[in-house]
This record gives sequence, C-alpha cells and structure tokens, in this order.
Amino acid sequence: MDFFSELCVGGLTRGSIYALIALGYTMVYGIIELINFAHGEIYMIGAFTALIMASVLTMSGMSGISVLILAAVVAVIYSAAYGFTVEKVAYRPLRQAPRLSPLISAIGMSIFLQNYVLIAQTSDFLPFPNLLPELEFLEPYTSFIGSTEFIIIVTTAVIMVLLTILIKFTRMGKAMRATAQDRDMAMLVGVNANRVISNTFIIGSSLAAIGGVLIASHIGRINFYIGFIAGIKAFTAAVLGGIGSIPGAVLGALVLGFTESFGTGYVSSDYEDVFAFVLLILILIFKPSGLLGHTTSQKV
Amino acid sequence: MHATKFMEGLKQSTIIALWFMFLTFPVMAIRVNTIENTIEWRWMNMLYVGCGSFILSFLWRYLAAKKITTKKLFLKDGLDGRPLMQALLGERRLFLPALGIVAVSALLFPFVFSTYQTNIMTTALMYVVLGLGLNIVVGQAGLLNLGYVAFYAAGAYTYALLNYHFGVGFWLALPLGALSATILGILLALPVLRLRGDYLAIVTLGFGEITRIILENWNEFSFGPSGISGIPRPGLFGMEMDIHEATIYLYFLMIILCLITIFVVNRLQNSRIGRALIALREDEIACQAMGIDKTRVKLTAFALGSTWAGLVGVIFAAKTTFINPASFTFLESAMILSIVVLGGMGSITGIIIGAFLLILLPEYLRAFSDYRMLLFGLIMVVMMIYRPQGIITGVRRTYEFHREEK
Repeated sequence: MDFFSELCVGGLTRGSIYALIALGYTMVYGIIELINFAHGEIYMIGAFTALIMASVLTMSGMSGISVLILAAVVAVIYSAAYGFTVEKVAYRPLRQAPRLSPLISAIGMSIFLQNYVLIAQTSDFLPFPNLLPELEFLEPYTSFIGSTEFIIIVTTAVIMVLLTILIKFTRMGKAMRATAQDRDMAMLVGVNANRVISNTFIIGSSLAAIGGVLIASHIGRINFYIGFIAGIKAFTAAVLGGIGSIPGAVLGALVLGFTESFGTGYVSSDYEDVFAFVLLILILIFKPSGLLGHTTSQKV
Repeated sequence: MHATKFMEGLKQSTIIALWFMFLTFPVMAIRVNTIENTIEWRWMNMLYVGCGSFILSFLWRYLAAKKITTKKLFLKDGLDGRPLMQALLGERRLFLPALGIVAVSALLFPFVFSTYQTNIMTTALMYVVLGLGLNIVVGQAGLLNLGYVAFYAAGAYTYALLNYHFGVGFWLALPLGALSATILGILLALPVLRLRGDYLAIVTLGFGEITRIILENWNEFSFGPSGISGIPRPGLFGMEMDIHEATIYLYFLMIILCLITIFVVNRLQNSRIGRALIALREDEIACQAMGIDKTRVKLTAFALGSTWAGLVGVIFAAKTTFINPASFTFLESAMILSIVVLGGMGSITGIIIGAFLLILLPEYLRAFSDYRMLLFGLIMVVMMIYRPQGIITGVRRTYEFHREEK
C-alpha cells in the first residue's frame, strides 16, 4: 500500500509538471494551429537560466528563499523573452505559408536552441541545487510525500487557477479566446491578433520556465537535452486531453503522469519513455480529438 | 537605400543587437562550474553576439527591402521568374558536359584520393540516397516523417542480426533489409493514416524514439547499447580484399545504388503514383474526390520511402562493420530532413547538392563541425522563411494554355 501511495504522489508530481509545459503547447496550438516544437527548449532554457542565476547568487553570498525567488523570476523573464523572440523570428513570417513550413521551421528552431545551449554551456549533466524549502508541517507524512513534491503540486494548482481567471475574466483572455476561434473575425472587431499571439507565447513560455525550475529542483540535474523528451511528453499530454483545450491539457498531463508512474513502478523502468509514446499512438488511433477535445470537421 | 531609411535601419539594428545581447546574456556570458563553485565570465561572447546580430539584422533588412523591389520588377516586366539554377540545368549544351565531368570525376575519385576521402564520399552518397528516399515521403507526399532513422536502423539491424545468427551474407541481406524496412514502414503507416500533418510528425518522431529505446534496452534481441560488431563487409565472388580495396568497392556499390535511386525516383515523379502523391500533398479532399485511394497512396509513400532507408541501412552496417543504437538518434532524422529542406522538396538535383553540402562541408571545415547541428537547425528556419522551395526548385510538369494567335 505504501508503494502504491508513493506511486500516486509520483504520478501527481509528474503530471503537474507536464501540465505546466503542456499548457504552452495547447495554448499556442489553439491560437495558431502550430505545434511549437521549440517549446521544450524554452523550458530547458528556463531551467538553465535558473541554474546559472542561482549559482551566481549563492556564490555572491545570498541564501535561502530569496535565491529561489530571484532565480525563478529571472528564469520566467528569460523564457518569456525567448518564446517571444522565437515566435517573431521563426513563426510570424510563415503565418500564411503552407502548414508544413512553420512545422519544419519549429523543428529547426528546436534543434538550434538545443545546440546553442550545448555549445555555449556544456553537454554534461549539471547538478541543480534544490532551492525549494523544507516544509516542517509535512514531517509526519514524509513516508510518501516530500516537501518538493508538495510544493510542485500546490504551485501547479495555484497557477492553474490564475490561468483560468486570466483566460475567463480578463480582456486579454477574451481577446485570446476570440483569436483562437476565428483570427480574421477577431481582427475585424479590433483585436490586435499579432499582440495576442505574442502574449500567448509569453504566457506559455513563462509557465514552461516555472515547470523547468520545479522539475530541475525535483530531479536535481539538467542538461541541454531535457527539453526534447519533456516537450514530447507534454505534447502527448496536450493531445491526450484534446489539443487546444486548457482543462484538457491538465487532465491529459495527469493521466500521463499516473501512467508513467505506475508503468515504471509495476512494469519496467527501462521503458519509462516508451509509455508516453505508446499512449500517444493509442489515443491518436482511437480518439484523435482527445479526452476533452471537440471533433472538428475539415472545411473544404 | 535612402539616407533616412539607412538611419532607420541603423537604429532598428542597434535595438535588435541589444535585444539579442540581453537574450543570450546568461547562457553565453556566464558559465558556472557547480563542482568547484566558480563562475567564468565570458564578456567577449557578448561582443560577438552584439556585432553579429547587428550585422545580420542590417543584412536582413537590406535583403527584405531588395526582395520587395525585385518582386515589383518581375511584375512590371512580366518575367516568368524562372530561377537561374533551373535555367542552367535545363540548358542541354551545358547539362550534358557537366554530367560527363561529374561521371568521370566520380569514377576517378577513389583512385586519386585516399581511403579516408573515399569513405567520406561514400557517406555523402549514402545521405544522397537517404535524402531521396525521405523526399518521396516529405517532398512528394507532404507527410512529415521525423522517424525516418527507424527504417535506417531496421535495415542495419536486419543485416547485423541475420549475419550474427544465421551467417547471412551481404547480398542476401540487402533485399531482406529493404523488405524489413518496408514492412516496418507499412506497420507505422497503418495506424497513422488518419492523422493530419502535424500529428503525423509527432507520432513518427515518437516511433523513431521507441525504436531506439527498444534497441537500447532489449539486450537479448539487439545486444543493447554495446551493439553488434564484426559485421562482414560485402563480398565480391569470394575475393579477398584489404581495407583500401573494400572501401573502393563499397564506394562503387554506393554509386550504383545512387544511380538506381535517382532513376527510380525520377521515373516515380511522373508516374501514376507520383502524381497521386503530389495531388495528396496539395489537397487531400480534392484528391479523394478525383478517385484516388488515399489510404493506398499514403501506404505506398511510406513503403517506398522506407525501402531506401533499409537498403542504405544494410550498407551502413557493412561499411562500419559495427552498429549500436547511438547511430540512430533523432539527430540523424533531423539531418536527413535538413538535406531535403535545403535541397528543395521534390527536386532530385537539389537534394543531391544538399546532401553533399551538408555532409562534406562540416567534414572538411573541421573548426566548423562543432556547429554542425546548430547550422542544420538554422538552415531549416532560414530556408523555410526565405526559400521554402529549396536551393533548386523542383520542376513540376505544367501545361500552359496559349491562344491561337501566338
């Protein structure tokens, strides 16, 4: 039973982090119907920036919670800046191009960013300091939930609520939903579609950066390649829940997190990454619209 | 450019340079050593980034301005805008002698240059075939396949395993490798047929990764990460060959395979299947309305594309005599894709040139080879923005309607 609850918490933790990354995919897809392959790399850059900032701050004598907050803030700013720039450089010129073009451009961007970090930094795994504080009130429950896991789950939940409020009740959220439904029509009624798309990339990238900081603290090491696998898994989560749907992304991420957690726990840990792919292929065969997605008929 | 425009460009470029300096600051300028707890500040990099992005942005603006003017020119003069390269290739007087020169230098190459050079050339030729194979799927049918390396691996492992267990020779393994890759291609295509372009990309990517992970972990089957060694080189009527001769032999084998591929792909382009593929790429619904069996055409595309990867896979195993899963990563797929993108989707000449450029350049410019993958990524982005049709535009047979008084 202990093993089981441990796996449950593990699944919830994984799921929360996948959700943070999957939201970026699903929001971008909802608005411009593009799989942003570079999204995983944005998350990786977020983790790297946090690592660099945290090291610099620690070495200059700071400590504790202030390092965490500063590093996280800088990581979010940088990820958002990268997301914004990537959209502007690699996707915006291709807005009217055939579907294959922005997709290839996105793959190119992903490879470029990976190797940019590889060359500028290192190909080795870097140890990531655990910046998250120890929570004392969790003491009696440490057998199945650590404070890192607890913080990850709570942070994700809070962010989900904030994001829902942003999308549902603010002007910007309204503009985003309008653009997602029909970009031309939204532009006709005075929505600045380019700015809305930029905002979407900025929000998605910021979430990815938060995910990056959290998962790096959880796993404890990062390298330039972490974005690739995480990106595919988050994408799987987004598709699983129905791409374009925000609650769907969260649900899909949780399903994926639990599948992986139980899969590695009861089947084999060698095939950890295979579960996500198998799940992805199965969902695409049997229910391509995802758990919460709508089936769209193709227009001629 | 006018003076005001020039000043404007200067200002914009400065802003962009500053932005990129800001953007690259933590990753480029700081390197932390978490073991010794030291920080290395690399301010020079900031300078490079600043100057580099300033110059690039300035050039970018200049080219963009020029692009608009040329477009206007074309419209005014009513030029058909046929690209220079294509015009050159179409010219028979130039084309035949050029072909002759290429043929003679290809024949003489292994006897003039060293074994090492011949080896590199063989690799380049392998990528030509891989590029042409992927082109059938991506360029002609418009199905973005990011797991192409899985079929390449299927060919290589077919030969290696058959040889290890049953002592099967190269010549028998060649068709078998192609066959196993084809079957794998059809197996992958079956579930993903219903998917649209972007989903397909992810599923094929996942498929490629699954293949590699299985090869790495299923020790009883594939011997895991340590791979299989001692794979024999191809034989020639039982003749004994030293390494030098074997390399030359493999080089000519590759030349022959290249010629066969070019011939087949060329014939395919204007065949019934080839046209169905192009129709499918342009508009799936219209294509179905014209009575083309979508499922069958897609399956054919996948099967045809993966066959070449299987063939080259067998040759790869025979060439290196050692294979392990590390040779079949996603980067390999990405490399082949950038060959197709650079060369021009659908253009045979373009892909051949693309393969030679992308394989030989990093090989000969050693200082450059660290930046190879960086460059591949950049090529994909830049080509998509500026020349989505590649360095050489694929020639589509078109019919023109002329009035009688012409």
